[in-house]
Amino acid sequence: MNLTPEPLVYGLSSPGRVGVVLPESDVPVAPVPAWLERDTLPLPELDELTTVRHFTRLSQKNFSIDTNFYPLGSCTMKYNPKANEAAAAHPSWRNLHPYAPESLSQGALELVFRLQEILAEIGGFKAVSLQPAAGAHGELAGVFMIRKYHLERGDTRRVKILIPDSAHGTNPASCTMAGLEAVTIPSNAEGGVDLGALKAALGPELAGIMITNPNTLGLFERNIEEICRLVHEAGGLVYGDGANMNAVTGVFRPGDSGIDVMHFNLHKTFSTPHGGGGPGVGMVAANATLAEFLPGPLVVKKGAAFALATPAKSIGRMKAFYGNFAVLVRAYAYVRMLGAEGLRRLAENAVLNANYLKALVEKRWKVKYGRRCMHEFVASGDIAEGVHTLDVAKRLIDYGFHPPTIYFPLIVPEAVMIEPTETESKETLDAFAAVLDKIADEARDNPALLHDAPTTTPVGRLDEVAAARCPVLCYRA
Amino acid sequence: MPFVPNTDADRAAMLAAIGAGSVEELFADVPSARRFPKLELPKALSELEILRELDALAKKNEATDSGAWFVGGGAYSHFVPAMVPALAGRGEFLTAYTPYQAEVSQGTLQAIFEYQSMAAALFGVETVNASHYDGATALAEAVLMALHAVSDRPRVMIPAALHPEYREVLATYLEAFEVELVEWTGPAAEAAKGVDSRTACFLVQWPDFEGEVHDLSGVADAVHAAGALLLVHVDPIFAALAKSPGSLGADIVTAEGQALGNALYYGGPYLGMMGATAKLVRKMPGRIVGEAKDKDGRLGYVLTLSAREQHIRREKAVSNICSNQGLVMLQSTIYMAALGKHGMARVARLCWDKAHYAAAELGKLPGFKVANRTFFKEFLVRTPVPAAELVAKLEKRGVHPGLALSRWHPERTHELLVAVTEMNTKEQIDLLARSLAEASK
Repeated sequence: MNLTPEPLVYGLSSPGRVGVVLPESDVPVAPVPAWLERDTLPLPELDELTTVRHFTRLSQKNFSIDTNFYPLGSCTMKYNPKANEAAAAHPSWRNLHPYAPESLSQGALELVFRLQEILAEIGGFKAVSLQPAAGAHGELAGVFMIRKYHLERGDTRRVKILIPDSAHGTNPASCTMAGLEAVTIPSNAEGGVDLGALKAALGPELAGIMITNPNTLGLFERNIEEICRLVHEAGGLVYGDGANMNAVTGVFRPGDSGIDVMHFNLHKTFSTPHGGGGPGVGMVAANATLAEFLPGPLVVKKGAAFALATPAKSIGRMKAFYGNFAVLVRAYAYVRMLGAEGLRRLAENAVLNANYLKALVEKRWKVKYGRRCMHEFVASGDIAEGVHTLDVAKRLIDYGFHPPTIYFPLIVPEAVMIEPTETESKETLDAFAAVLDKIADEARDNPALLHDAPTTTPVGRLDEVAAARCPVLCYRA
Repeated sequence: MPFVPNTDADRAAMLAAIGAGSVEELFADVPSARRFPKLELPKALSELEILRELDALAKKNEATDSGAWFVGGGAYSHFVPAMVPALAGRGEFLTAYTPYQAEVSQGTLQAIFEYQSMAAALFGVETVNASHYDGATALAEAVLMALHAVSDRPRVMIPAALHPEYREVLATYLEAFEVELVEWTGPAAEAAKGVDSRTACFLVQWPDFEGEVHDLSGVADAVHAAGALLLVHVDPIFAALAKSPGSLGADIVTAEGQALGNALYYGGPYLGMMGATAKLVRKMPGRIVGEAKDKDGRLGYVLTLSAREQHIRREKAVSNICSNQGLVMLQSTIYMAALGKHGMARVARLCWDKAHYAAAELGKLPGFKVANRTFFKEFLVRTPVPAAELVAKLEKRGVHPGLALSRWHPERTHELLVAVTEMNTKEQIDLLARSLAEASK
């Protein structure tokens, strides 16, 4: 990790430096009206090498999958194959205009069509729209679909969506954006949906339920079919949040269990890089009940050719054009390299790795819901008096590990959510468990090591409270 | 199998440690009738085979590197310097995630802070967030933000010449709420007089979908006098040449950032940009990075003002956005830094000059007339024969003259939207003019 402070681009700027030389103009100069033209453009002036070193040095201030174990629970930080990048870099994808005539974009349309078919098969759904750009965007599309389904039937009372208390914050936030009311339902003692509470919440105002399976505790919802049946009988629909699909590809098809509409995160399960925050794809899949409501356009086959088409009762567009296409190329390359057998093996090894790591970790650390986990598990970080999850997370950094997701899910106190993924070796898991063991000793014997951590990074713990009180959000000359 | 390091021996040792007899046993919670379905998928390919297959598929396209392309409509062919993908493609950027753990994410965080700084300079506003999915969703979320910021005002004024797909996205996002979308036409300053006490915001697309650059003098005053917000959706390359929307009184500025160093990629991933005045920052959706100090006084960067966001506020959050377009934002950061003050202005100027040369040449053709008063890199031409016919005829000779407006407005048969950037040479423009003349005889 590069510990040397790196100035802002503005600090590297010097008047007259040029980073990119552009061609001489081959046409006459056209005047720009005075009312329109700007006086100054306050951007930096850098040469090319300074620019290259600046961003290279910044990159060296990150932990990443390529450099460190990154067990960020619920984010599926698995290896992103370099072949995906090579596949996406093809100039005939890079330079293809979204409004190129369909006759000149058949390759892109065919790729989208094939990926729609493959993902529908993996999920057990009738149709797929690859348009949503992220998981939350797919959720929003899904709840719009549920809302529209009820309205089309003239059922205007259905405004409530049930959401387990273990769910991601995006679930209730998506409901609000779709004009629906999120109703929280509690989890039972074994970490699943409390069926009694579910039954009590059913009624004529029920629009549906959003369910994450495996859930954010890393536990498979054993009653998934019963939940779907109860919700359907009450006139509601079931939304599946596929954030944790990495546990069950080739093992379980959510569509088979009664889920009506679901998103998968291609940037998790299908190995496309997270890019420091995105771009992702939150493709949304639907069964026969909701397929006609999918966001459009999607790709259909007309004879031998491929074409864009919007489903009859579509909720409309979720974004301009068709989706994060370059991400789709990567996901397609990945899924074709795995095949059906590889998809099952990836889930098996993801679950095996998580259970193995859990077996090592739970010797000393509390795991509130202790049954067999799927792709991740949730421990608690309050290992000693005065030691908190945050301290453990920061101490892990000093040992070269990216911390797990912390303080989530909300139903586990001092949560530490660990998702190793299938692409990590036993050696890495052993090393991580050994460090957690050492940190448990340190917490008992010398907790200052945890409280002062991290000490091996470009900066120590930053004062987030002060940062939010008087925010400085951009460079001031 | 690929990408999984566990050997059979590893698996056996791990199962023993878990106390399980087999891997299948780990899935006992999955309903047995549903467990291990047979998936009908094409057989697995090696890296060599998939790259060969995808090369063949990619070549079924005709991309903008072959022929003369004048197609825009919200996605533009611009030059991307080699250092942009080379730097953004570094694994340390590419394979990190949202910088929740600031101490091991200073690279991403500082890059976002630099993006916010340069984009804010371009827009003339105090704050820019760390991205939306694309220009259309940035705009839709900006309208939602305006509706929340100015409460109990259900009316939103949008230009009739708004990008039609943006209009569709806006309709999707507003569907559940009782919002009156009112279309305005004519000069913006005149239209802004229609802002009343029920109006939350007045939207300008700058330039609009038909290429027109509205004179914005007097617009902000009229909008603000009625207590509403001015929202400007700007072309970010145009913003390098024009007065900034913020300096003209915009409260919220959005943009499609694709043009800033990002390849066309058949429509995505692109970059939704959003900025606002300091007054509105706590109503703004999306990630925001700010300066912070550690206990030794060292300067660093953190995600800040997160009390707006879904992971804290759940159903009360200002938006549901979580994953964004981080890597695309990074590419735009590198692009803005690399081109800098002079390069950005130069790209804008090349677009301006070449588009005006093209418009002048096309305007000389019999039966053709440029419809715009003021335009930047895209303009609307009235054609003597249906524009869709011209597009089809010219396609055969590798000339793509633009977009027939009838694609979105079936009744507007004789209008062609032509985009010209620094990528187009004078030779290509002359070829375009010659080809249109011949095809419309």
